[in-house]
Amino acid sequence: MAKITYSRTDGTSDTVDVPVGSTVMRGAVLNGVRGVVGECGGAGQCGTCHVFVDAGDADRVTPLHPLESEVLDTTAVPRRPTSRLGCQIPVGEELDSLEVKLPDYQLPPV
Amino acid sequence: MTGRPIVVVGGGQAGLQAALSLREHGFEGRLDVVCAESEAPYDRPPLSKRFLAGTAGTDDLTLRAPAFLDDRRISLVQDTHAVAVDRADASVALSSGGSLPYDRLILATGSTPRHLPVPGSAHPAVRVLRTVDDATRLRTKLQPGSRVVVIGAGFTGLEVSATARGLGCEVTVVEALDRVIARALSRPVSEHLLRLHRENGVRILFGRQVTALDGVPREAAVEVLLADGTRLPADVVVVGVGVRPETALAETAGLDVADGVVVDEHLRTGDPRIHAIGDCARFPDPAGTGSLRLESVQNATDQGKYVAAFLMGADAPGYTAVPWFWTDQYAAKLQIAGLTTGHDRCETDGDPASGRFSVRCYQGGRLLGVESVNRPADHIKARRELAALRAPAAAAAAAV
Ligand SMILES: Cc1cc2nc3c(=O)[nH]c(=O)nc-3n(C[C@H](O)[C@H](O)[C@H](O)COP(=O)(O)OP(=O)(O)OC[C@H]3O[C@@H](n4cnc5c(N)ncnc54)[C@H](O)[C@@H]3O)c2cc1C
Repeated sequence: MAKITYSRTDGTSDTVDVPVGSTVMRGAVLNGVRGVVGECGGAGQCGTCHVFVDAGDADRVTPLHPLESEVLDTTAVPRRPTSRLGCQIPVGEELDSLEVKLPDYQLPPV
Repeated sequence: MTGRPIVVVGGGQAGLQAALSLREHGFEGRLDVVCAESEAPYDRPPLSKRFLAGTAGTDDLTLRAPAFLDDRRISLVQDTHAVAVDRADASVALSSGGSLPYDRLILATGSTPRHLPVPGSAHPAVRVLRTVDDATRLRTKLQPGSRVVVIGAGFTGLEVSATARGLGCEVTVVEALDRVIARALSRPVSEHLLRLHRENGVRILFGRQVTALDGVPREAAVEVLLADGTRLPADVVVVGVGVRPETALAETAGLDVADGVVVDEHLRTGDPRIHAIGDCARFPDPAGTGSLRLESVQNATDQGKYVAAFLMGADAPGYTAVPWFWTDQYAAKLQIAGLTTGHDRCETDGDPASGRFSVRCYQGGRLLGVESVNRPADHIKARRELAALRAPAAAAAAAV
């Protein structure tokens, strides 16, 4: 179990207990965390669970996959060096807590 | 429209999304979701993929935590069928004997697999795949060396074939047409999938008709008989010949049904207090003149969102979301933006042999859709491109 904190740019945040084997995306969607969409249900194909993981935490999570990187090139808020897809960050045994920052939006504004 | 009860029939992707979006739009009235299944709303796509493979469990399928639904005051009426709609009284009768009054009713009853209309199809070795229960029972039959016959080379049939190969089963697919997913995919992508299945050791028989299933009722194995006389022995037969929309409730309520509950561009049936969404709904094609009925997570969730916005008074133009779909088979992630059926020309970008390419499909010069294999960025860009193509049409329609 890890405590995942989802922080928004308006200063609000939610902290959720996410079980080992689940992901940063599922922890948010299951519990209705505002700011994460997860349209494709975790297939790594839609780019709507975009999160930022601080550089200092980068080696505490699984590394970036090439297809994930390709999806990150298309996110609604442009990618940064710290961008990840929440669905591609599983919660492992050793992770006790993690803070991710959420972009302002996940879908292109209409 | 903020205080009166809304009833949703069907706790699948579409019904759940409608309920969640109603609360997001500030709906404060009573909100009941009647669910025939005993499980809380869950995700179906993994049933033929990770769940069937055994790498995901039931917990991984749940769409929303029960505590979150409670917090939103979304009440799930589980293990209960809606059996009749009394439109004069505006209430839904339940299999439990009770009834629920509604101000607005949303039908999200989904679809059910078609069975094979041949002798012997009721044999216990003959299965379909729709529910978590179907998947749990099918999984126990997929042992190394099991002989699996899949009838129908559609999305579900091919996903089951790929998963079954991964589990070490011997897999034969029987298809009536001459290629895989013939109705929904361009030739290059269909050929690519066929190659993948063959490389992975799946035997695919094209242009063959199943005439009967022959088995002793109490024995585990069965034989699949084909019109040309071939007999295929099988430990399990998976029938993937499509679904039919679940329209029984709408029919008994006297609503218009034609391979789906017929709705207008606001996803509203002939009765303005009743809407239909998801797999069960037949709606006007926003990009054409006819009507569509789609079976996808995108369609279910976008229609759920649309109906909630519409009911909450957004003076909304009609439903125009761009369809998209995905399927995973072996290492191939295929994503489809738009609907490519009926294209007269296609362009391939990238080399299919590399396992990463996209096919752009046109009809009379107009882009219908894009199919991408392991090229997720192409897919996301194609969705935006198709949405932009639709936007001027929608704006023009709204202006008149
Ligand atoms: C094995 C499988 C794999 C799939 N893979 C993909 C994929 O990769 N990508 C994709 O986009 N889509 C996929 N789909 C399709 C997708 O899951 C469906 O399109 C989607 O679930 C439709 O949602 P829905 O809410 O309309 O219907 P459903 O999810 O079918 O939900 C309808 C619910 O209503 C209930 N119900 C029906 N009648 C009544 C009644 N009278 N009273 C109470 N309850 C009732 C049903 O029991 C059911 O629980 C897959 C489907 C299956 C079965």
